[in-house]
Amino acid sequence: MIETQEQDDAAILVRVRGLRFARGRRWIFDGVDLDIPRGRITAIMGPSGTGKTTLLRLIGGQLKPHAGSIRVDGREVPKLGHTALYELRKRMGMLFQSGALLTDMSVYDNVAFPLREHTALDERLIRDLVLMKLQAVGLRGARELLPNELSGGMARRVALARAIALDPMMIMYDEPFTGQDPISMGALVQLIRLLNDALGLTSVIVSHDVQETASIADYIYVVSDGKVVEHGPPEALNRSESPWVNQFMHGLPDGPVPFHYPGREYLDDLLDEAG
Amino acid sequence: MFTGLLDTLQRLGRAWLDFFNRLGRGNLFLLHVLAGLPGLLLRVRLLVQQIYSVGVLSLLIILVSGLFVGMVLGLQGYRTLVDYGAEESLGVMVALSLVRELGPVVTALLFAGRAGSALTAEIGLMKATEQLSGMEMMAVDPVKRVIAPRFLAGFISMPLLAAIFSAVGVYGGSLVGVNLLGVDEGAFWSQMQSAVELEKDIYNGVVKSIVFGFVVTWIAVFEGYDTVPTSEGVSRATTRTVVHSALAVLGLDFVLTALMFGEV
Ligand SMILES: Nc1ncnc2c1ncn2[C@@H]1O[C@H](COP(=O)(O)OP(=O)(O)O)[C@@H](O)[C@H]1O
Ligand SMILES: [Mg+2]
Repeated sequence: MIETQEQDDAAILVRVRGLRFARGRRWIFDGVDLDIPRGRITAIMGPSGTGKTTLLRLIGGQLKPHAGSIRVDGREVPKLGHTALYELRKRMGMLFQSGALLTDMSVYDNVAFPLREHTALDERLIRDLVLMKLQAVGLRGARELLPNELSGGMARRVALARAIALDPMMIMYDEPFTGQDPISMGALVQLIRLLNDALGLTSVIVSHDVQETASIADYIYVVSDGKVVEHGPPEALNRSESPWVNQFMHGLPDGPVPFHYPGREYLDDLLDEAG
Repeated sequence: MFTGLLDTLQRLGRAWLDFFNRLGRGNLFLLHVLAGLPGLLLRVRLLVQQIYSVGVLSLLIILVSGLFVGMVLGLQGYRTLVDYGAEESLGVMVALSLVRELGPVVTALLFAGRAGSALTAEIGLMKATEQLSGMEMMAVDPVKRVIAPRFLAGFISMPLLAAIFSAVGVYGGSLVGVNLLGVDEGAFWSQMQSAVELEKDIYNGVVKSIVFGFVVTWIAVFEGYDTVPTSEGVSRATTRTVVHSALAVLGLDFVLTALMFGEV
């Protein structure tokens, strides 16, 4: 038993079992199991509002699940104390949907921030590292700009440079493709692949952009209504028999996936007198 | 009618629960902040930066207000004292009013409006734009990195600002009393010197300003950290900082004055 657990940890970086999490009275996750293997790009997809961002926060230990287990690199995240959790986070990069750059610092200082906080490197070395990371995301020339002078797509790329500053073991990308123009989109897709393969990272992409995600993911989990509805390599999902997955993967407007947030019958709502 | 009463009771009960809930969270938060203070010894630069933006940038409003408050005290005091032929005690009156009361209290009120509201808005916006969350994920504790230096800066700045306010106020009083109304200069200063006692007056005034600085800064950083992360949430939190700080300062001022000068 212990033996298999260890073998598991060697191959699987993040293991989620029986995850349950509620917001108010609504179960966002109701029994989710998933494995994120080391060294691969795993995508978690689903319509917006299914809880993809919430899942990343659960993995990062910012939220506590109501039940279930979340193991990252062999450690049970919800049970970690403050210090152990922060130690673990130094090895996890996370790219927020908004970028979450520190607005009172330049691009350069933002990327240098984790290095200055966590290492005792001298400024010359930090400069080299920062320029390398910025070069990787194509924004070395923008290092003097302030975050409010960047477009949304550029801010996301700066945040990516910052997320890889400490050479983490994994990166979690929250909707990395939204707001990118076609050129930076192509570059970003390549970059995520390159970082994953060259640095031996483990990548988790959370997204509802089916095309881009399917083009680089090694494995995809499709989540909806608090459950994993289907998982497999992209080709398998593209050919899925399930009408639900079929609708989602091909972006069909009509099908089993409701476009509407759950609520009362439309007619009842309209007929209901105000007040 | 009956349900209306029940409703009111229920709302009242909820308000109390909310109040104690916030108070509890505020206290836990304070413990967390205090635990972050020793780490600042190694990072003096962070502290200096914040003293600049919290304290130095409040300096102008403190100087100007102190001067005017002192001048008004000079005018009003003179009119009252001159009826009793005691206008030479003007210096005493101005100095005691400032050192015991107006210095700490008015400075704290101005400080809440100038620095406290700015602290709340800044921290609240950092929360709303996920900057605090982002720091957490970079394994940087935002309470230690962002809140603790701001808290300590406020705590240090407030007594200094109050002292400056009182000093400028005394100067304003002498400007009006001596230069304008013709009170004898020697009497003005010498009576002041012999009447103001270090322990009783100055020391107590300093204690007041330290307590106010602690409370106002605590309220400001907590409101910022506890903000509902939306633009409306930030604006409400900022208002709450100013209102709660003002009430806390005035209420505490009464308590402290009663304890210090009550002489029961
Ligand atoms: N702070 C919050 N408080 C209450 N509900 C929230 C909060 N954040 C998100 N939610 C709810 O949780 C659900 C999942 O949100 P999220 O994880 O952001 O979805 P996704 O990233 O998949 O679009 C949404 O339905 C949203 O309404
Ligand atoms: Mg999201």
